[in-house]
Amino acid sequence: MTNSIASRIADFLSDFPPFSLMERSHLKLIANEVRVMYFEQGKTIFARDEQVHNYFYIVQKGAVDLQKVDDSKEPETIDKCDEGDIFGLRPLFAKENYQINAVTDEESVIYAIPLDIFKPYAISNPQVGDFLMESFASNTRNPYSNEHRGKLVADENEIVFKKEALFELQPIPIIKKMVTVSPDTSIQKAAILMTNRKVGSVVVVEEEKPVGIVTDVDLRELVATGKFEIKKPIGKVMNSPVICYSKGLTIAQAQLTMMKHNINHICITADGTPNTRVKGIVSEHDILVSQGNNPAVLMKAINRASSTKKLKRIRSKIMVLLNGYLKSNIPLTHISNIIFELNDATIKRTIERCIAKLDTPPPAGFAWMSLGSQGRKEQLLHTDQDNALVFEDVPEEKLEETRAYFLKLATKVTKRLNIIGYEFCPAEMMARNPKYCLSLSEWKEQFSQWVTTSGNDEILLCQIFFDYDISYGNVKLTNALSDHIYEILKGNRNFLNRLAAQALRNPSPLGFFRQFLVEQDGEKKDLFDIKKRGVMPLTDAGRLLILEHRVKNISNTSARFEKLAQLEPNNKELYQACAYSSRALIKFRTRQGLKNKDNGRFINLEDLGKEDKIKLKRCFKTIKEIQELIKLRYEATYYL
Amino acid sequence: MIKKWFKKNKPRKDLPFFWQNYAKSFEEKLPEKVSDTRFVVFDTETTGFDFKQDRILSIGALRVENKSIEISDNFEVFLKQTKFNPETVKIHGIIQNERFQKITELEALKKFLSYIQNSVLIAHHAGFDVKMINKALGRHGLPKLKNKILDTAILYKSTRIATNLIDREKSYTLDEIAEAYNIDLTDRHTASGDAYITALIFMKLLSRLSKDKNFRLKDLFKN
Repeated sequence: MTNSIASRIADFLSDFPPFSLMERSHLKLIANEVRVMYFEQGKTIFARDEQVHNYFYIVQKGAVDLQKVDDSKEPETIDKCDEGDIFGLRPLFAKENYQINAVTDEESVIYAIPLDIFKPYAISNPQVGDFLMESFASNTRNPYSNEHRGKLVADENEIVFKKEALFELQPIPIIKKMVTVSPDTSIQKAAILMTNRKVGSVVVVEEEKPVGIVTDVDLRELVATGKFEIKKPIGKVMNSPVICYSKGLTIAQAQLTMMKHNINHICITADGTPNTRVKGIVSEHDILVSQGNNPAVLMKAINRASSTKKLKRIRSKIMVLLNGYLKSNIPLTHISNIIFELNDATIKRTIERCIAKLDTPPPAGFAWMSLGSQGRKEQLLHTDQDNALVFEDVPEEKLEETRAYFLKLATKVTKRLNIIGYEFCPAEMMARNPKYCLSLSEWKEQFSQWVTTSGNDEILLCQIFFDYDISYGNVKLTNALSDHIYEILKGNRNFLNRLAAQALRNPSPLGFFRQFLVEQDGEKKDLFDIKKRGVMPLTDAGRLLILEHRVKNISNTSARFEKLAQLEPNNKELYQACAYSSRALIKFRTRQGLKNKDNGRFINLEDLGKEDKIKLKRCFKTIKEIQELIKLRYEATYYL
Repeated sequence: MIKKWFKKNKPRKDLPFFWQNYAKSFEEKLPEKVSDTRFVVFDTETTGFDFKQDRILSIGALRVENKSIEISDNFEVFLKQTKFNPETVKIHGIIQNERFQKITELEALKKFLSYIQNSVLIAHHAGFDVKMINKALGRHGLPKLKNKILDTAILYKSTRIATNLIDREKSYTLDEIAEAYNIDLTDRHTASGDAYITALIFMKLLSRLSKDKNFRLKDLFKN
């Protein structure tokens, strides 16, 4: 019987070591015996002290966290495997139980490779064996330190975990992608090359041997000042000789060398002298990147990312950053701002890349709007993408053609955002939906219609679309839209009252005896829905009150309440409490989400400590008070 | 319900041995829990959409148990047919004198029945594939499939949120669901390839539909 699935699996495997080192015919035999396994997010593939499986694993889709477990302490992620990474190699080398946990960090498809089928090939092909040994040893490396994989730990049964403190002693990450030119290339040509490849330096080589290096600084000091013309050969302005090292160089050494010679690039050659082939280049920037916990560096990485896959990797680093911030108890306002900027940059970069991929530039000005939590700058965890697109008014006969272009763009963008980790909006509230990809006049018309015929669906749409933030494009368009919204809301008491009724639809979650109200039925029975009962009532209240005051361009809930505290001094205390509660609830949800690897929405009350419970109750008391205020101020009860 | 079926379908002695074997497998009750259930995900490539005139060219199937697929255990057959439709060749790429080893329709059905046994069958727009197989069974004087059947198109619909903002009656194609679930579309329009994509979709659907560890088979049929 034929087996075409096995051929596809063999194709996949052949892209990744050690399988890439094997013969196609052998690979097919192995692929034929693979077990395809599906895991939800947060599921354990194997746990510490569990007996070893008869398989080892390769990630086909998704991501797997390898965790070190110390009794008493929370598991700590020591490595992250994504597409094509192998893990769970212990049974190939040892019979003892697993020493680490392997837990899916997102929904994943894993190929399990049976040992008894695979082992003969590993033994007969020394390259394969060596690779597996090295991987097994280095699978214990610290995840974000970029320690390269080619190192063997003397005793592979003893797992030694690298601590952050030893960071400086780890080998430097080498950037393989470097730009090289010959000494007679013109300065202009070299500069164009650097610009296109988005790098800050170029290595000048003769027969692959480094003879000099030119950096951005040199171009500024020697060329832009007029000392050298751009037609002159690059050899005239290069720094020579080049400081070279071999690849064993540690981070500490690299930093010292840079300081000593007052340079920010070091060349890596085969033997560490300028007389052998260039292997790569290390910059100060790369060293910073390897620390991986610096938002400025992540931002740079986002703006340089040349593939969706890279953006996805950066996003998982952002999550590490977020976790660190929460652990060190940094104020949520700062956290939100940083994470928002990084998310925003990711979206911008994705749109930028998609526009470049289309055959023609946009036929009209447009703006990409992020809605919902990203629009409110409250999106910390991976949540759904909600977005919309507005484009400049075009002549009637061009309208559909223009829309078609933007729908095509939006389809590309949303698809890539989905891969990066922002899931598709289940209600299709996305710019790729023709209903939400409109010209400016169409949007104005749409908002007018929503506000005048305010049934429940329309109110819901208003609530989502009122919290928008421009992610990309022409800010004039979104401003015009805001102006229009405030114009049609002027004196529309009826609409505000209806909005108020909606804001009260989720009453304060404390029951009569000050118990928490938990979900009554369904799969989330007995869990507490922190989004529906905590975050949403505050968000709705904030939006309503700020709309009444006609304050533009503040979409963050906490910031809205801070503003309200200024505007209504008599309610200052309540509003400040609301601002605090909003931040506290989001922080709470984020922490839960990171812990349980989900969106943090449902909380098991039994897992909470006393202190947390009291904190939550205080937030809910505030919700109750703000809802009382709304009830009195608006004639909302008519609509309840 | 299962009992009722048996009363209706008493083993008929006049049917061939392989059918009786297949029918016999239904004496075993299906497990209660989804995690213990054996599912067979399958797809057919045909010469067209006419149940009377068109014929099955290939059947691909995979077994899904406890959210895993054993690749060695897959099922893939190509059928000898005299009917040929150049229009659909563009879609599935199966031409008349293919290098694949082809077997007769009866042989293919025989193998398929012994592969599926009493498993719960899964297919995308299952109605079509099941009817195609039933028609083929009928041509050889055999009764219809006895298996329970689930349709991934319908299961997917029930995972969509209840809101008036989307068209809930919309029927979703395999490609649309695969895109939503971030599944690569290689080998689209080969029976095995489509069965594999459907199997991945099915496993993802299970995790979205299941309420707890003891998610029961019964609940799956309520969708």
